[in-house]
Amino acid sequence: MTIFRTTLIITAVCFLVACNNQQSTFSNSGASASSLAGKLIVTGSSTIAPLAAELAKQFESMHSNVKIDVQTGGSSRGISDVRQQISDIGMVSRQLKAAETDLSSHLLAKDGVSIIVHKNNPISELSEQQIKQIYLGEITNWKKLGGHDVKITVINKAEGRSTLEVFLKHFQLKNTAIKPTIIIGDNEQAIKLVANNTSAIAYVSIGTAEYDIALNVPIRTLPLNGIEASTKTVLSNQFPLSRELNLITKGELSTLSKAFIEYTRNSTISSTIEEFGFVPVVTR
Amino acid sequence: MSRDKALHYSLKFLAGLSVSSLLFIIFYLVSESSIILQEVSPTHFLFDNNWHPTEGEFLILPIVLGSVFIAFGAMVLSIPLGILSAILCQFYAPVWFSKPYERIIEILSGIPSVVFGFWGVIIIVPLLAQIEAPGTSMLAGILVLTFIIMPPIVLIANNAFINIDKIQLQNAMALGMSRFSIIRYIIFPNAKRGLLTGMILQSGRAIGETLAVLMVCGNVVQFTGNIFDPIRTLTSNIALEMAYAMDLHRSALFLSGLILMIVVLVLILLSEKLETSTKSS
Repeated sequence: MTIFRTTLIITAVCFLVACNNQQSTFSNSGASASSLAGKLIVTGSSTIAPLAAELAKQFESMHSNVKIDVQTGGSSRGISDVRQQISDIGMVSRQLKAAETDLSSHLLAKDGVSIIVHKNNPISELSEQQIKQIYLGEITNWKKLGGHDVKITVINKAEGRSTLEVFLKHFQLKNTAIKPTIIIGDNEQAIKLVANNTSAIAYVSIGTAEYDIALNVPIRTLPLNGIEASTKTVLSNQFPLSRELNLITKGELSTLSKAFIEYTRNSTISSTIEEFGFVPVVTR
Repeated sequence: MSRDKALHYSLKFLAGLSVSSLLFIIFYLVSESSIILQEVSPTHFLFDNNWHPTEGEFLILPIVLGSVFIAFGAMVLSIPLGILSAILCQFYAPVWFSKPYERIIEILSGIPSVVFGFWGVIIIVPLLAQIEAPGTSMLAGILVLTFIIMPPIVLIANNAFINIDKIQLQNAMALGMSRFSIIRYIIFPNAKRGLLTGMILQSGRAIGETLAVLMVCGNVVQFTGNIFDPIRTLTSNIALEMAYAMDLHRSALFLSGLILMIVVLVLILLSEKLETSTKSS
């Protein structure tokens, strides 16, 4: 009984201390006030939103009087909100079009997607048409493409993933038409599956694929239209399966918007960008 | 006296906290999934072509069935295995075998399920792929889940066997009953209640298991009875898509969570009911 009571009291004390701690860290950060204050509204592409939210969190922790509200709704909402001055900064996961020169864009990162197969897969390149046919279930055996006589394991991404979006848009496919054998969530899972299955094909963020290949994971990226899939070719705009991730603004920037955009241009955030599977544009 | 009172109130407070957190979770699930329930008619969940929430298709029924199939399959495999190995440990095996065996089972039950999932991806899936490609399938999920829930079942069964009426046991032994008859007529009837509730609670865990299942099941949404076909469960559905879901899609995932919660609650209520009914008989 005494043991029980002591444990109980210790738990209760721990609980209270934990609560207290949290409060004190809050008030601490409140004490270190910076000159920046106010609220920023950031709206647009759901691809950029998770990254922007993370950057906003980092920025808020440095400037306690700043509140950044990140909302999704698609690239077009990002543009229209900025135009109507509903939001301060828009998130647009493509290049600005000719009709959008009234806005200024600030390149945040690039998003490149590469087709991967197992290292021992004899196929060295696939045409866009062949990739399309594989995903539509029109080609189901590697033999037809010059490989071994095995069924193709088609790995697709779960709904809402940005790599899926880039892939579908580039190959002009509808997700409802795709015949997948496996559906997975993040890039690492796709890579793990391909690494353990010589007949699998998948598409992943180029940054993640390069990272794993450097660690000797047995996968290989396939070139597309003869262009090697690498962060280099993504950065130089050569690789076709890629897009820009932009922050956009209109007219003169407020001090706060300017400070936040400058923060996102800082090389220290490269690792955060890589964590989300994107390619940083500012070299370290 | 005052210390007793303090203990009394702090206990009440902590108990209230845990109950209210459950109520809060249920409230939150209901309010988040009400968006889709208002905008999309329930026939979509049963009769749409597939699950493509961003294109307005919300077929959730095969996902619910997926959860049920996998949990059921794993229970069918792990219950006999678990109970038989507990019997072996308690009544047949010599101590030099049963002690280390129990330790191993205890360690196994403490291994995080992700580890089992990873092991499934590199061992079970390639093995199954030799029978029928690509190996990521309902069967892979069932096998991995079996390894996850079998160790706790052994522990539960062990406990149930230990906690039986010693006097009855001694009488049976004194009467010279065979070991098998003792197990059949004394041990089992005595341990039934503990076994049943334990099994049902484990089935709740089987349904709720997420990552390991996600890694080996293939996650394709489809109606299928073939154990070599890929299948998606409610938990994987949430884990796969939640990070990037918005609006209706997000709400549809909360609905998956709500359905899961209801299934688990029903299982728990069932186990309570079984417990009280076997007690009175």
